[in-house]
Amino acid sequence: MAQDPMLPRRYRVKRAWSELSDVSTMELEPIDGEAVPFAPGQFNMLYAFGVGEVAISISGDAADTDKLVHTIRNVGAISGALAGVSDGDVIGVRGPFGSAWPVAQETGRHIVFVAGGLGLAPLRPAIYHVLNNREQYSGMTLVYGARSPDDLLYADEIKAWKSRFDTEVEITVDHAAPGWTGQVGVVTVPLDRTLSGSNGAEVSAFVCGPEIMMRFSVMSLMAAGVPEDKVWISMERNMKCAIGFCGHCQFGGDFICRDGPVFRHDQVSRLIAKKEI
Amino acid sequence: MPASTGSSFILDDPAPLVEALLADGWRVIGPKLGDGAIVYDEIESASDMPRGLTDEQEGGRYRLREGDPNRWFDYVVGPQSWKKYLFPARQKLWSAEKGDNGFAIEPHEDDFPKTALFGARACEIAAIEVQDRVFDNGDFTDSGYKRRREATLIVAVQCARSAATCFCASMNTGPSADSGFDIALTELDDGGFFVECGSDRGAAILDRIGPAEAGTAELEAANAVTLKAAGMQTRSMPDNIPALLRENLDHPRWAEVAERCLSCANCTMACPTCFCSDVEDVNDLSGDHAERWRVWDSCFTLDFSYIHGGSVRRSTLSRYRQWMTHKLSSWHDQFDTSGCVGCGRCIAWCPVGIDITEEAAAFAAEPLAQEG
Repeated sequence: MAQDPMLPRRYRVKRAWSELSDVSTMELEPIDGEAVPFAPGQFNMLYAFGVGEVAISISGDAADTDKLVHTIRNVGAISGALAGVSDGDVIGVRGPFGSAWPVAQETGRHIVFVAGGLGLAPLRPAIYHVLNNREQYSGMTLVYGARSPDDLLYADEIKAWKSRFDTEVEITVDHAAPGWTGQVGVVTVPLDRTLSGSNGAEVSAFVCGPEIMMRFSVMSLMAAGVPEDKVWISMERNMKCAIGFCGHCQFGGDFICRDGPVFRHDQVSRLIAKKEI
Repeated sequence: MPASTGSSFILDDPAPLVEALLADGWRVIGPKLGDGAIVYDEIESASDMPRGLTDEQEGGRYRLREGDPNRWFDYVVGPQSWKKYLFPARQKLWSAEKGDNGFAIEPHEDDFPKTALFGARACEIAAIEVQDRVFDNGDFTDSGYKRRREATLIVAVQCARSAATCFCASMNTGPSADSGFDIALTELDDGGFFVECGSDRGAAILDRIGPAEAGTAELEAANAVTLKAAGMQTRSMPDNIPALLRENLDHPRWAEVAERCLSCANCTMACPTCFCSDVEDVNDLSGDHAERWRVWDSCFTLDFSYIHGGSVRRSTLSRYRQWMTHKLSSWHDQFDTSGCVGCGRCIAWCPVGIDITEEAAAFAAEPLAQEG
């Protein structure tokens, strides 16, 4: 590898904006050298000067090589510093790392995306791929659950997807708020309804969200006859190096950073049912 | 006759070898007496090594004793391993200064002179070879580790005795090293050393001394020494342990051992193959200068598995299970080798004497029914 994988490259923030009360999105362009291509589902290690580094999935369009897009929730010192950047700021980037959603290989199939909360961000590059190549797929459904209407990520964009005649979008929230006229409840409710009108054998599913939400979503998918080798999930663990050296992200014999974060469900189904692995 | 790989010689004592290494410009690290234990540190002559000592080791116990004053290497492994040189406990990765375009990053390369590891045991060489695989994983190479490793020469000492905590024979890693050394010494029962040359670099050092060639009698005497050491071992690891642990993640034994485990991380610090690390980002007071350091970490800490919302492995049960299943089972999936070399350090240096071979035997004795 030409570049030491432990050395961050500098990227300038082209534009940063607030998505939700604690979530921001930034568009980045490289200062050192060319933009590096990525595949949907991969992540970068983002470094805030003097504060530290965290793993953040890439949430932009892989076909748009002009900018690197990350969506970050402020949950601690480092993610807070990253979520608080302004236009023109400089951060460090290592990556991209990890496995990808194999969405380009699933042509001819009914693609079902199941997202929970911020899990929509790592799925968005795969959603863009399907929308950009919609004629290659027999169907596309997005089932998205958030805690409340105020926690719905990319709301304007979802509205645009929903208005397409070739795309089915189901939104649900755990807790409604005044003015909310949509569905209330866990994500498996609209997922089960969607699947009941589909042929499960034709579905390829990509699932990302909290582990418990992914477990129940996978159960719904299996019950609807989706083949076990046609379901992919994205796992999250503590990461310090992203190159298989630090040991933090181990999940059984897998390093989430190298063997994941995207796994075909049957690769991890044995352990995902266990606690504290 | 000039030395070559596979040739063997006789030496009366290790002093000429230390002198030849120093004369050839090597920094020599060897066993020394420190804080009541055998530790590894720089030596300037053979006399720096603790001659005449032997050790007693058991679960949670390590004591040095006076032994035969003529014997050089009658102790086995202590609390430290060569890991502290090849994979230092604290490494600076880079520093950064605020400036134009945000900041500038300067990579850091530590100064590692060419270094001879004098007195590495078979299990320790096996451990170094395990870490060679960890830090060159097919996708990525740890350039610092590689640089240090390439600047390292290994003088092995074949074990003449085993401690009660040793189980290398059952891990097929010792007590005699067949390869992985540049020079190997076996201290013979009647005094003197049988010397094997393991590489061209080793040959170059031996040629500085010009020792007498060994004959069949010395070769047989050397083989008898390590055979006797192997015969002293009472602990062992079951052969089927990788599958056994994979299939027993819900075994009640985990809760039982977790009641004794202090989650102190001593086993991971003493282990010669444990490789987990953390990074620390530090600043000076001005906020203009930042550094990143890589430091040893342990899967026994609560922070190790922290992600937003809390740690994944909250219980001691899950942390002990992670360590033991990784070491003995999933390590095979990752690196095509066991992570355990049978050195016994985790047994001796566990403050409550938890014995990995005893835990393994408990799973072997009463495994859960295999999962469907």
